[in-house]
Amino acid sequence: MPKNPNVKRVMVIGSGPIVIGQAAEFDYAGTQACRSLKEEGVEVILVNSNPATIMTDKDIADKVYIEPLTVKVLEQIIEKEKPDSILPTLGGQAGLNLGMELEESGFLASHGVTLLGATAASIRNAEGRQEFKDLMERIGEPCAASKVVENVEDGIEFTNSIGYPVVLRPAYTLGGSGGGIAHNQIELEEILENGLRLSRVGQVLVERCIAGWKEIEYEVMRDSAGNCITVCNMENIDPVGVHTGDSIVVAPSQTLGDKEYQMLRTSALKIINELKIIGGCNVQFALHPTSFEYCVIEVNPRVSRSSALASKATGYPIAKVTAKIALGYTLDEIKNAITGKTYASFEPTLDYCVVKIPRLPFDKFITAKRTLTTQMKATGEVMSICNNFEGALMKAIRSLEQHVDCLRSYDFTALNAEELKERLKIVDDQRIYVIAEALRKGVSYEDINDITKIDMWFIDKIAILVEMEAALETQPLTVELLKEAKRLEFPDNVIARLTGKKEEEIKQMRYDNGIVAVYKMVDTCAAEFAASTPYYYSVYGGECEAKETKDRKKVLVLGSGPIRIGQGIEFDYCSVHATWAFSKAGYETIIINNNPETVSTDFDIADKLYFEPLTAEDVESIVNIEKPDGAVVQFGGQTAIKLTEHLMKMGVPILGTKAEDVDAAEDRELFDKILEQTGIPRAAGGTVYTAEEAKEVANRLGYPVLVRPSYVLGGQGMQIALSDQEIEEFMAIINRIAQDHPILVDKYLQGKEIEVDAVCDGEDILIPGIMEHIERTGVHSGDSISVYPAPTIGKLVKDKIADYTRRLATALHVKGLINIQFIAIDEDVYVIEVNPRSSRTVPYISKVTGIPIVDLATEVILGKTIKELGYKPGLQPEAEYYAIKMPVFSFEKIRGAEISLGPEMKSTGECLGIAKTFHEALYKAFLGAGVNLPKYKNMIITVKDADKGEAIRIARRFEKLGYTIYATRSTAAALNEAGVKARKVNKITQESPTVMDLILGHRIDLVIDTPTQGRDKSRDGFLIRRTAIETGVNCLTALDTARALATSLENASNQLTLIDVASL
Amino acid sequence: MKAFLVLEDGTVFEGTHIGADKEVISEIVFNTSMAGYLEVLTDPSYAGQAVCMTYPLIGNYGICKEDMESLKPWPDGFIVRELSRIPSNFRCDMTIQQFLEENNVPGIAGIDTRALTKILREKGTMNGMITTNEKVDLDEVIPKLKKYTTGKVVEKVSCEEKYTVAARTLEENGPLSGSASFDKEAYARGEREKKPSLVQESNGAGLKVALMDFGAKKNIADSLAARGCEVTVYPALTPAEEIIADCPDGIMLSNGPGDPKECTSIIEEIKKLYATEIPIFAICLGHQLMALANGADTYKMKYGHRGGNHPVKDLATGRVYISSQNHGYVVDTDNLDPAVAVPAFVNVNDGTNEGLSYTGKNIFTVQFHPEACPGPQDSGYLFDRFINMMKGEK
Repeated sequence: MPKNPNVKRVMVIGSGPIVIGQAAEFDYAGTQACRSLKEEGVEVILVNSNPATIMTDKDIADKVYIEPLTVKVLEQIIEKEKPDSILPTLGGQAGLNLGMELEESGFLASHGVTLLGATAASIRNAEGRQEFKDLMERIGEPCAASKVVENVEDGIEFTNSIGYPVVLRPAYTLGGSGGGIAHNQIELEEILENGLRLSRVGQVLVERCIAGWKEIEYEVMRDSAGNCITVCNMENIDPVGVHTGDSIVVAPSQTLGDKEYQMLRTSALKIINELKIIGGCNVQFALHPTSFEYCVIEVNPRVSRSSALASKATGYPIAKVTAKIALGYTLDEIKNAITGKTYASFEPTLDYCVVKIPRLPFDKFITAKRTLTTQMKATGEVMSICNNFEGALMKAIRSLEQHVDCLRSYDFTALNAEELKERLKIVDDQRIYVIAEALRKGVSYEDINDITKIDMWFIDKIAILVEMEAALETQPLTVELLKEAKRLEFPDNVIARLTGKKEEEIKQMRYDNGIVAVYKMVDTCAAEFAASTPYYYSVYGGECEAKETKDRKKVLVLGSGPIRIGQGIEFDYCSVHATWAFSKAGYETIIINNNPETVSTDFDIADKLYFEPLTAEDVESIVNIEKPDGAVVQFGGQTAIKLTEHLMKMGVPILGTKAEDVDAAEDRELFDKILEQTGIPRAAGGTVYTAEEAKEVANRLGYPVLVRPSYVLGGQGMQIALSDQEIEEFMAIINRIAQDHPILVDKYLQGKEIEVDAVCDGEDILIPGIMEHIERTGVHSGDSISVYPAPTIGKLVKDKIADYTRRLATALHVKGLINIQFIAIDEDVYVIEVNPRSSRTVPYISKVTGIPIVDLATEVILGKTIKELGYKPGLQPEAEYYAIKMPVFSFEKIRGAEISLGPEMKSTGECLGIAKTFHEALYKAFLGAGVNLPKYKNMIITVKDADKGEAIRIARRFEKLGYTIYATRSTAAALNEAGVKARKVNKITQESPTVMDLILGHRIDLVIDTPTQGRDKSRDGFLIRRTAIETGVNCLTALDTARALATSLENASNQLTLIDVASL
Repeated sequence: MKAFLVLEDGTVFEGTHIGADKEVISEIVFNTSMAGYLEVLTDPSYAGQAVCMTYPLIGNYGICKEDMESLKPWPDGFIVRELSRIPSNFRCDMTIQQFLEENNVPGIAGIDTRALTKILREKGTMNGMITTNEKVDLDEVIPKLKKYTTGKVVEKVSCEEKYTVAARTLEENGPLSGSASFDKEAYARGEREKKPSLVQESNGAGLKVALMDFGAKKNIADSLAARGCEVTVYPALTPAEEIIADCPDGIMLSNGPGDPKECTSIIEEIKKLYATEIPIFAICLGHQLMALANGADTYKMKYGHRGGNHPVKDLATGRVYISSQNHGYVVDTDNLDPAVAVPAFVNVNDGTNEGLSYTGKNIFTVQFHPEACPGPQDSGYLFDRFINMMKGEK
């Protein structure tokens, strides 16, 4: 069936800010789909509140609205832009829910807008728990015994009829928010209550627990003619019970025979056919490990994290094909972009094995529980490809960048066999390392399988790796042994450690014996047809399909690895734009990255894609073949920066700012010299290695001080210390991981925090704009509300900032991007830190100023000057509107995480509010972040003594807004004394009703709680904050944020002005 | 022990010896299925060939004997990247290593199967030798390799005597796919539940089907029996008269190995079957033989279709199905007389013929494998179409 001629203007809904369970994969899917729609001559109107995305670029869509994703806003955009259709299946659960609401309210019908990709009925059938269950029953597909309940009593009654344990899944939530397994009535009540609250429709599914079964997923495509294919199946190594987003996953399935494989495939096709989905769909199964019994767990009638993984694992572009199908094409009319010969109506076949490992944020939230459940916790993931499972696992482990490179990276040697068996009962992110140690201590496969339910086949593979470790440790390193270790993807440094040799010796021995990585192609068809797309992965042994090309100059672009807090999608935005800019300048581009969720790892972004770990050794193997003319590291975050020195040793010229200048910005002494030379002030400080030294420096400077490791992103390990005791605590945390570089201790200055991104050509600089943070210094810049143009600083300070930026950039010989953070105290400006590379704010500032700074930086790196590029050097004129970047957190997903803001970054994503006035922009930013107030007009305030004065002023404003204020004893006293009416509530330890009861009573809009220092989890404040977050109550821990929220509410408006960012 | 794969173009792959300890010369082909290695090994159509699996990890779930598509493995040799050290599946009876050894199939592991596949793709299917002889003299071996032909293999793989596969009731088919439930006690007694069935209706009850065995996969007869048909299996060289005399309601021509044009006497018998009014359904080799019997031509493809991901389009409906395939020869439809037959299915990838519908006759034939095993079950509906045809005749 050819394209539907009635589809000319399509509105695409994005997924909004990055949160756990909804990450970069939707930028990848949305970007691919928009390009695919534009290819067909369709006008694309894009709506997404997330400015860090590539999909919100003006070259991706025709009209771009970076506006809050609410029904009202979408209705306004539809009225303004008059699309003929809307495509809601690319924006994750958020997009799908919005599409549904628009359809259900009749708005789409009354405005002549068609829902593409799925019908409301098919979404309801797939997403509504009861509807889905009924449908499965009708077509004879089994589901675990279950019941949808709307109150706790019904849940208890049903569970009593099927027996514990039961799994609880709230309807219409992301990443399994609020779900869990209940083993007894106490757990049931707790989880159920929470889940009912989080569900959009107040429904929770209570179902028979099938934990321990094999978890298998199929990615399915269907077109309007009813043609169906499966793109790929995947097997979770962690059996049912761990959210698939937190599981180690292998593709294709490894332990299913053709009978099981086809049985589930046929079922998946039957389901998608019955749901009449037009596009991509994900079906999850639980398969009994010792029978043919299976259950359909769930269906996602849209592109998903799994479909992004399946696309990268197979080379089949699911989002692109989904978009074409939505336009009316059938699968047999769509060309397979990889082979260029065959069609989309085929099933990819793999001749390799793919392993995905989630990137969990426990290094950020050290107080959080590491346990993995049906509630997703991972912020990102890595994928690796190899022709054997062991190798794929080893590569994935070292791609994580969590100081792990083999199965010994977490040390469990202190535990004996019995203790290890006990430890295996804990399901967490360290489980494979525990299994490895258990195998070392002689625990049998059967015992491990019995406890973990992980299939024997995977246990045996881990055993093969353990045996290789032992062989390397105990046997002489022969060429044969080395060859086998490399086949299993043991990195040289691990072999060196195990054999007691030097890494250089191992490398030399490899080179002497021709043991080098070769590259194979991902071609969708196991070499049956010639492929034209150079998408490579490495293996040891065999023919190398990657050939050195010489016709053009070549540049290596290093990606930023897995999405983690502090290094998110922004860096993928920068890498992709740099790649495009190099390409435009006539370069052949080569990307190395290992993140399956990103645009950069789409096979048609760079000329060549290497899906590989970003370690020195893995990069060197590629460099040996490609011999690039240069590498660019300033766009890939800290991951790429860390490789600078290694690349230089390999003889690869670093394009842009030189490595020694990067060092000068990070190295305390060198940087102090530069500041002295340029005459720029900074907070006094010193470098230390030990807690003793730190205390000495701190006492010399006077508390409070800022303690942080150098060479980190996202303020990892950064803390404000008030006492010697805290210094000791923080230093111990930082030094848990061996530090290559000294730790910095600085005097903590309180003032306005200012941030700039600039392009420097060596002489001139270009500053697109100055951003001011709403929160004072002390809150990490990534967690602060950032406003452009800076609203409260005067011309003198702005000029000073522009001048300091120029002086620093030129003194550091920056060629390309530089990011600087300043403190402004009255008219004094101090520098906090300088990052001679791209930053988190680059996409935001580029979009809101219309100045494409990554492209400009790339041109500058290639030798152009700012003047030649047509820009007047210096600070650019300010825009006539305000653009506010609002951080978004995923605290509710991570049990036990401390939510109070500080110098260490905690947010997972961001959204934008853009408007003519500051107030409207602020309102939009809060709205985009999901703060949709007022609801009940009740709030709780509990602040530390030092904050009471400010709290009174804020409380007064909320009182005026009609809020009833509750406060704990001393805060209430202070408020009442100042004439703000506050009702006193008891502390948690006092008798009921306490502040906790109030929060659990569900009628609270907001909690303002400024924490006292320290990480003591037992404190009242911590409990209050956690309870608020877990029950879906907005919780603010910085008074500046609270003040901004008051301003936003005072200026709330129903009718928002809309700005097409593409026209800026 | 080291092993070598020598191709007729002189390429030598060095790997590790697996399976039986013997040297073989055979035609080297590749299969792209990711699961179903046992079904591949026991598919009689591979007689006279050595199969290379493009998926690198083979043997993961061991050997589940009830999944065998015939009584023994047929390939002359087996070529893999890696054999799993342990098998893991609740139905597993033995390891693939044991199976190859016990059934006298030699093989080679640890070679770059992707490189081999690319050679076969670029240069076309060719002959090769699997040997453990480290001192192979290429000058001596290559002429031998070039001379090798698969020959008349159908007679080798066909049954020797006619036999009957009894019709089954729905209960006898075992649990319907999706309705299986784990019985702890039965499992403890060592009972392993039957494979799940997709057949929901005994629509073929009372029908008698004659199946010509040219190397039939077990699931062809099973697919019919599960629908209630009684299937009588005839040796390949059975005279048409004998089949006709048994008065079947329909005739199935099975899949099988080798060059269809070598089956000259069988083609003569098929001509006689064609002349009757008995509905006929043919698969793979059977499809090619019916075409040859009606004056069409067949030719050898460069490297054939072997795998479980080939899209075929039903020209009557425009629907595309993913099919299981195993063939090196194909019917040439260029000179097909539309008065005799018209294309019914076409391969979406390369446009080759995948099925014919015989004009004015109750005969339809397909190149792919609706019986699956291994591979997608999407085209199983063709058995129902055949049953409806038989019912219409009755």
